[in-house]
Amino acid sequence: MVPVTDYVALSAILFTIGALGVLIRRNPLVIFMSIELMLNAANLVFVAFTRVYNVLAGQIFVFFVMTVAAAEVAVGLALIVTIFRTKHSINIDEMNSLKG
Amino acid sequence: MNAQLITFFILAIIAIAAAMAMLFSRSAVYSALFLVLNFGTVAVFYILLNAPFIAMAQVSVYAGAIMVLFLFVIMLLGTELLPPTNALPWQRPLAIFLGVILFAESGYLLFIRNAATGDVPQPIQTFGSPQAVGQALFSSYLLPFEVTSVLLLIAMVGAIVLAVREKGK
Repeated sequence: MVPVTDYVALSAILFTIGALGVLIRRNPLVIFMSIELMLNAANLVFVAFTRVYNVLAGQIFVFFVMTVAAAEVAVGLALIVTIFRTKHSINIDEMNSLKG
Repeated sequence: MNAQLITFFILAIIAIAAAMAMLFSRSAVYSALFLVLNFGTVAVFYILLNAPFIAMAQVSVYAGAIMVLFLFVIMLLGTELLPPTNALPWQRPLAIFLGVILFAESGYLLFIRNAATGDVPQPIQTFGSPQAVGQALFSSYLLPFEVTSVLLLIAMVGAIVLAVREKGK
Protein backbone atom coordinates (compact mmCIF):
# COMPACT_ATOMS: atom_id res chain seq x y z
CA MET A 1 0.00 0.00 0.00
CA VAL A 2 1.29 3.44 -0.97
CA PRO A 3 1.39 5.81 2.03
CA VAL A 4 -1.32 8.45 1.91
CA THR A 5 1.31 11.21 2.19
CA ASP A 6 2.48 10.39 -1.33
CA TYR A 7 -1.02 10.80 -2.70
CA VAL A 8 -1.44 14.12 -0.89
CA ALA A 9 1.94 15.32 -2.20
CA LEU A 10 1.03 14.33 -5.78
CA SER A 11 -2.30 16.09 -5.40
CA ALA A 12 -0.56 19.23 -4.12
CA ILE A 13 1.75 19.22 -7.16
CA LEU A 14 -1.17 18.78 -9.58
CA PHE A 15 -3.17 21.50 -7.82
CA THR A 16 -0.23 23.92 -8.02
CA ILE A 17 0.20 23.21 -11.75
CA GLY A 18 -3.52 23.88 -12.21
CA ALA A 19 -3.33 27.17 -10.30
CA LEU A 20 -0.28 28.19 -12.37
CA GLY A 21 -2.24 27.40 -15.52
CA VAL A 22 -5.04 29.73 -14.46
CA LEU A 23 -2.53 32.50 -13.73
CA ILE A 24 -0.24 32.11 -16.76
CA ARG A 25 -2.31 31.04 -19.75
CA ARG A 26 -4.24 33.52 -21.91
CA ASN A 27 -6.59 31.04 -23.61
CA PRO A 28 -9.82 30.70 -21.60
CA LEU A 29 -10.24 27.11 -22.76
CA VAL A 30 -6.87 26.18 -21.28
CA ILE A 31 -7.80 28.08 -18.11
CA PHE A 32 -10.92 25.91 -17.92
CA MET A 33 -8.80 22.79 -18.33
CA SER A 34 -6.57 23.98 -15.47
CA ILE A 35 -9.65 24.36 -13.26
CA GLU A 36 -10.59 20.77 -14.14
CA LEU A 37 -7.07 19.73 -13.16
CA MET A 38 -7.47 21.39 -9.75
CA LEU A 39 -10.84 19.70 -9.19
CA ASN A 40 -9.18 16.41 -10.09
CA ALA A 41 -6.39 16.97 -7.57
CA ALA A 42 -9.00 17.57 -4.85
CA ASN A 43 -10.84 14.40 -5.90
CA LEU A 44 -7.63 12.39 -5.60
CA VAL A 45 -7.18 13.51 -1.99
CA PHE A 46 -10.81 12.67 -1.21
CA VAL A 47 -10.40 9.13 -2.51
CA ALA A 48 -7.04 8.66 -0.77
CA PHE A 49 -8.47 9.66 2.63
CA THR A 50 -11.56 7.53 1.98
CA ARG A 51 -9.20 4.57 1.67
CA VAL A 52 -7.33 5.49 4.86
CA TYR A 53 -10.33 6.06 7.12
CA ASN A 54 -12.52 3.34 5.56
CA VAL A 55 -15.60 5.55 5.21
CA LEU A 56 -17.39 5.78 1.88
CA ALA A 57 -18.42 9.45 2.21
CA GLY A 58 -15.33 10.66 0.31
CA GLN A 59 -16.15 8.63 -2.78
CA ILE A 60 -19.74 9.91 -2.73
CA PHE A 61 -18.41 13.45 -2.51
CA VAL A 62 -16.14 12.83 -5.51
CA PHE A 63 -19.21 11.72 -7.42
CA PHE A 64 -20.92 15.03 -6.63
CA VAL A 65 -17.79 17.02 -7.52
CA MET A 66 -17.76 15.30 -10.92
CA THR A 67 -21.39 16.26 -11.47
CA VAL A 68 -20.76 19.89 -10.58
CA ALA A 69 -17.69 19.90 -12.86
CA ALA A 70 -19.77 18.58 -15.76
CA ALA A 71 -22.44 21.26 -15.20
CA GLU A 72 -19.77 23.96 -14.88
CA VAL A 73 -18.07 22.92 -18.12
CA ALA A 74 -21.35 22.90 -20.04
CA VAL A 75 -22.29 26.43 -18.94
CA GLY A 76 -18.73 27.76 -19.19
CA LEU A 77 -18.18 26.53 -22.73
CA ALA A 78 -21.56 27.95 -23.79
CA LEU A 79 -20.44 31.30 -22.34
CA ILE A 80 -17.14 31.14 -24.25
CA VAL A 81 -18.98 30.37 -27.50
CA THR A 82 -21.29 33.34 -26.92
CA ILE A 83 -18.36 35.66 -26.16
CA PHE A 84 -16.58 34.46 -29.30
CA ARG A 85 -19.68 35.29 -31.36
CA THR A 86 -19.83 38.89 -30.15
CA LYS A 87 -16.11 39.72 -29.91
CA HIS A 88 -14.68 37.31 -32.54
CA SER A 89 -11.81 36.59 -30.15
CA ILE A 90 -11.47 34.63 -26.95
CA ASN A 91 -8.28 36.21 -25.70
CA ILE A 92 -8.83 36.67 -21.97
CA ASP A 93 -7.10 40.07 -21.99
CA GLU A 94 -9.84 41.45 -24.20
CA MET A 95 -12.64 40.28 -21.91
CA ASN A 96 -12.63 43.35 -19.74
CA SER A 97 -16.17 44.65 -20.12
CA LEU A 98 -19.46 43.03 -19.19
CA LYS A 99 -21.26 44.68 -22.07
CA GLY A 100 -20.58 43.06 -25.43
CA MET B 1 9.82 -1.52 -2.68
CA ASN B 2 6.76 -3.44 -3.72
CA ALA B 3 4.99 -3.48 -7.07
CA GLN B 4 2.27 -1.08 -6.01
CA LEU B 5 4.80 1.56 -4.96
CA ILE B 6 6.68 1.26 -8.27
CA THR B 7 3.41 1.56 -10.19
CA PHE B 8 2.52 4.62 -8.14
CA PHE B 9 5.77 6.42 -8.87
CA ILE B 10 5.75 5.66 -12.61
CA LEU B 11 2.15 6.84 -12.87
CA ALA B 12 2.84 9.90 -10.71
CA ILE B 13 5.67 10.94 -13.03
CA ILE B 14 3.39 10.46 -16.06
CA ALA B 15 0.60 12.46 -14.39
CA ILE B 16 2.88 15.37 -13.47
CA ALA B 17 4.56 15.35 -16.90
CA ALA B 18 1.15 15.37 -18.61
CA ALA B 19 -0.02 18.25 -16.42
CA MET B 20 3.14 20.25 -17.20
CA ALA B 21 2.76 19.50 -20.90
CA MET B 22 -0.84 20.71 -20.72
CA LEU B 23 0.37 23.92 -19.12
CA PHE B 24 3.14 24.66 -21.61
CA SER B 25 1.94 23.33 -24.97
CA ARG B 26 1.07 26.15 -27.32
CA SER B 27 -1.85 24.50 -29.05
CA ALA B 28 -5.08 24.10 -27.06
CA VAL B 29 -5.76 20.75 -28.76
CA TYR B 30 -2.49 19.34 -27.43
CA SER B 31 -3.38 20.71 -23.98
CA ALA B 32 -6.71 18.87 -24.08
CA LEU B 33 -5.09 15.60 -25.16
CA PHE B 34 -2.45 15.83 -22.41
CA LEU B 35 -5.24 16.47 -19.92
CA VAL B 36 -6.96 13.27 -21.11
CA LEU B 37 -3.70 11.41 -20.39
CA ASN B 38 -3.61 12.98 -16.92
CA PHE B 39 -7.22 11.94 -16.24
CA GLY B 40 -6.38 8.40 -17.34
CA THR B 41 -3.51 8.11 -14.87
CA VAL B 42 -5.69 9.53 -12.09
CA ALA B 43 -8.29 6.85 -12.92
CA VAL B 44 -5.59 4.20 -12.37
CA PHE B 45 -4.81 5.82 -8.99
CA TYR B 46 -8.49 5.41 -8.09
CA ILE B 47 -8.28 1.70 -8.91
CA LEU B 48 -5.15 1.42 -6.71
CA LEU B 49 -7.18 3.08 -3.93
CA ASN B 50 -10.05 0.55 -4.10
CA ALA B 51 -12.46 2.90 -5.87
CA PRO B 52 -13.41 1.13 -9.13
CA PHE B 53 -16.73 2.95 -9.46
CA ILE B 54 -15.08 6.38 -9.23
CA ALA B 55 -12.38 5.22 -11.66
CA MET B 56 -14.96 4.26 -14.27
CA ALA B 57 -16.89 7.49 -13.69
CA GLN B 58 -13.60 9.38 -14.13
CA VAL B 59 -12.91 7.72 -17.48
CA SER B 60 -16.43 8.06 -18.84
CA VAL B 61 -17.37 11.49 -17.45
CA TYR B 62 -14.04 13.36 -17.37
CA ALA B 63 -11.87 11.74 -20.03
CA GLY B 64 -14.92 10.96 -22.14
CA ALA B 65 -17.73 13.48 -22.02
CA ILE B 66 -16.06 16.63 -20.66
CA MET B 67 -12.92 16.41 -22.80
CA VAL B 68 -14.92 15.65 -25.95
CA LEU B 69 -16.91 18.81 -25.21
CA PHE B 70 -13.63 20.73 -24.83
CA LEU B 71 -12.17 19.42 -28.09
CA PHE B 72 -15.44 20.14 -29.86
CA VAL B 73 -15.48 23.78 -28.72
CA ILE B 74 -11.75 24.27 -29.48
CA MET B 75 -12.22 23.02 -33.03
CA LEU B 76 -15.55 24.81 -33.47
CA LEU B 77 -14.05 28.17 -32.60
CA GLY B 78 -10.80 27.48 -34.44
CA THR B 79 -8.77 29.03 -31.65
CA GLU B 80 -6.06 26.41 -31.23
CA LEU B 81 -3.36 29.06 -31.37
CA LEU B 82 -3.78 32.51 -29.93
CA PRO B 83 -1.32 35.21 -30.96
CA PRO B 84 1.08 35.87 -28.07
CA THR B 85 0.28 39.08 -26.25
CA ASN B 86 2.48 41.01 -23.90
CA ALA B 87 -0.27 42.92 -22.16
CA LEU B 88 1.12 42.25 -18.71
CA PRO B 89 4.86 41.52 -18.81
CA TRP B 90 5.14 41.04 -15.06
CA GLN B 91 2.36 38.47 -14.99
CA ARG B 92 4.39 35.31 -15.60
CA PRO B 93 7.07 35.92 -12.93
CA LEU B 94 4.39 36.93 -10.44
CA ALA B 95 2.35 33.80 -11.25
CA ILE B 96 5.37 31.54 -10.76
CA PHE B 97 6.19 33.30 -7.48
CA LEU B 98 2.60 32.81 -6.22
CA GLY B 99 2.64 29.18 -7.37
CA VAL B 100 5.83 28.52 -5.42
CA ILE B 101 4.20 30.09 -2.33
CA LEU B 102 1.11 27.90 -2.74
CA PHE B 103 3.23 24.77 -3.13
CA ALA B 104 5.39 25.69 -0.13
CA GLU B 105 2.28 26.20 2.00
CA SER B 106 0.83 22.82 1.11
CA GLY B 107 4.22 21.19 1.61
CA TYR B 108 4.52 22.84 5.02
CA LEU B 109 1.10 21.55 6.08
CA LEU B 110 1.93 18.12 4.74
CA PHE B 111 5.39 17.49 6.13
CA ILE B 112 5.92 19.83 9.08
CA ARG B 113 2.54 19.60 10.75
CA ASN B 114 2.22 16.01 9.62
CA ALA B 115 -1.24 14.65 10.40
CA ALA B 116 -2.19 11.37 8.83
CA THR B 117 0.57 8.82 8.47
CA GLY B 118 0.77 5.48 10.15
CA ASP B 119 -0.57 2.16 8.97
CA VAL B 120 -3.33 1.98 6.46
CA PRO B 121 -5.96 -0.58 7.44
CA GLN B 122 -6.72 -3.42 5.09
CA PRO B 123 -10.12 -2.68 3.56
CA ILE B 124 -12.98 -5.13 3.68
CA GLN B 125 -13.48 -6.99 0.42
CA THR B 126 -16.44 -5.03 -0.91
CA PHE B 127 -15.17 -1.58 0.11
CA GLY B 128 -15.72 0.95 -2.67
CA SER B 129 -17.43 -1.55 -4.94
CA PRO B 130 -20.15 -0.15 -7.22
CA GLN B 131 -22.73 -1.97 -5.11
CA ALA B 132 -21.57 -0.34 -1.88
CA VAL B 133 -21.36 3.10 -3.51
CA GLY B 134 -24.82 2.71 -4.99
CA GLN B 135 -26.30 1.65 -1.68
CA ALA B 136 -24.81 4.67 0.09
CA LEU B 137 -25.90 6.95 -2.74
CA PHE B 138 -29.52 5.84 -2.64
CA SER B 139 -29.91 5.61 1.14
CA SER B 140 -27.89 8.14 3.16
CA TYR B 141 -27.23 10.52 0.26
CA LEU B 142 -30.56 10.35 -1.54
CA LEU B 143 -31.44 14.05 -1.18
CA PRO B 144 -28.08 15.35 -2.52
CA PHE B 145 -28.39 12.84 -5.36
CA GLU B 146 -31.79 14.22 -6.34
CA VAL B 147 -30.53 17.81 -6.02
CA THR B 148 -27.77 16.78 -8.46
CA SER B 149 -30.39 15.99 -11.09
CA VAL B 150 -31.91 19.47 -10.65
CA LEU B 151 -28.40 20.97 -10.96
CA LEU B 152 -27.78 19.13 -14.24
CA LEU B 153 -31.15 20.26 -15.56
CA ILE B 154 -30.35 23.90 -14.70
CA ALA B 155 -26.96 23.60 -16.38
CA MET B 156 -28.55 22.11 -19.50
CA VAL B 157 -31.19 24.85 -19.73
CA GLY B 158 -28.56 27.52 -19.08
CA ALA B 159 -26.22 26.18 -21.78
CA ILE B 160 -29.07 26.06 -24.33
CA VAL B 161 -30.26 29.58 -23.44
CA LEU B 162 -26.71 30.93 -23.82
CA ALA B 163 -25.89 29.11 -27.03
CA VAL B 164 -29.12 29.58 -28.99
CA ARG B 165 -29.00 32.51 -31.42
CA GLU B 166 -31.99 34.82 -31.03
CA LYS B 167 -33.92 35.47 -34.22
CA GLY B 168 -33.79 38.99 -35.60
CA LYS B 169 -30.53 39.90 -33.89
